[in-house]
Amino acid sequence: MCLGVPGEVVEMDGDTVLVDVGGTRRRASLMLLDAEGVELTPGDYVIVHAGFAIQKVDEQAALETLRLMKDIS
Amino acid sequence: MSSTIRYIDEFRRKGPARAMLRRIEDVAPRECVSIMEICGTHTHSISKYGIRGAVPTGIRLLSGPGCPVCVTAQADINRIVEFSRRNPSVVIATFGDMLRVPGTFSSLEKERAEGADIRVVYSPLDALEMARRDPAKEVVFYSVGFETTAPTVAATVIKARREGIRNFSVLSLHKLTPPAMKALLDSGDVNIDGFICPGHVTTVIGAGAYGFIAKDYGAPCVVAGFEPLDALYGLYMLLLQLRDGRAEIEIEYTRVVTWEGNKRAQEVMYEVFERADSRWRGLGEIACSGLRIRGEFSHFDAEKRFDMGYVDCDDDQAGCSCGEVIKGLVAPSECTLFATACTPETPMGPCMVSSEGTCAAYYRYERI
Repeated sequence: MCLGVPGEVVEMDGDTVLVDVGGTRRRASLMLLDAEGVELTPGDYVIVHAGFAIQKVDEQAALETLRLMKDIS
Repeated sequence: MSSTIRYIDEFRRKGPARAMLRRIEDVAPRECVSIMEICGTHTHSISKYGIRGAVPTGIRLLSGPGCPVCVTAQADINRIVEFSRRNPSVVIATFGDMLRVPGTFSSLEKERAEGADIRVVYSPLDALEMARRDPAKEVVFYSVGFETTAPTVAATVIKARREGIRNFSVLSLHKLTPPAMKALLDSGDVNIDGFICPGHVTTVIGAGAYGFIAKDYGAPCVVAGFEPLDALYGLYMLLLQLRDGRAEIEIEYTRVVTWEGNKRAQEVMYEVFERADSRWRGLGEIACSGLRIRGEFSHFDAEKRFDMGYVDCDDDQAGCSCGEVIKGLVAPSECTLFATACTPETPMGPCMVSSEGTCAAYYRYERI
């Protein structure tokens, strides 16, 4: 229920977005994303929860986390 | 341009996981420590990837009140079951896990078999769509969930009002995470040395929301993601804090979580909801720990639109330990019903029903 999953933006369509979640395509509302603060383009990833995109995934931050993990291992 | 990473496989690699476990062994304290996670997805991840058994024995990984189905009070389960029985013409839409939760006398699943119109949805928007398509039917969305789910329901209510859909309402049983953590610490029932905080709840509320836990209770917190490497690295960060005598809020899940959270989602949530006292299974009544619909949106409040009734009752059925499991006091395997009378096919309590429940995770992945 609280399951949020990363989905890849396939297509923008006004206040919704078509996302690919592990091979399944579904529509997600953009009502909970700050329209001015978050710019989305196809290829970006968002966390999708109960039919809504709740956050854009920050690729640079992800790469930095992977680097930190590599550094200690 | 397509992203270079896909955010799943990169965080599930075995080599780095093994290396991370060695680092965890390096920094693990000599004395026992209890680390609590408070998110059903972490519970599931820790069980599924065998993390509980892989870390040094002195590190106890406890599951707290992180499953929204499980923390719903029995009296609230009973009243929706009763409501469905008395109102067979009203559509009750809800998330799948709620159907099989046993009430004291029946469940939504049993009432559906008897003719009640109960439908499973993936999103509150699906329930709104049902109302739109069938204006002659009242649709009640039976809504549980923490700060991740509440904004999605609030956005749906706003959409209903904007589009003039009047046959849609919400029974809000939403709950807030930080007040439950505070109640757990205040109770003194369970010793918690640090928290792994929920990734997607914190995406909404921001990591700053846990500041009081570090400051007032001296317990370090790390907000972690849900993949195995995230959980291991989050645990490593927490153990470093304990080793160094620090109590700070740190974010492992930086690709999604910020200090302030998703402001837009917070605005939407508090446009529709306001804080109210709420009853939790196992934890009892906690001040300002729930969300009720504001007066301006009372047309969409099922409690205002219908006689929902409320009969107080004990939370746990005879022998069921869900209330204690939710607090991290009892491990599922310590419950006398676990895997005997209580299984996913014949659940006695919500922790065995929900895919996020602690008992369901232990049954599926950690049963010896």
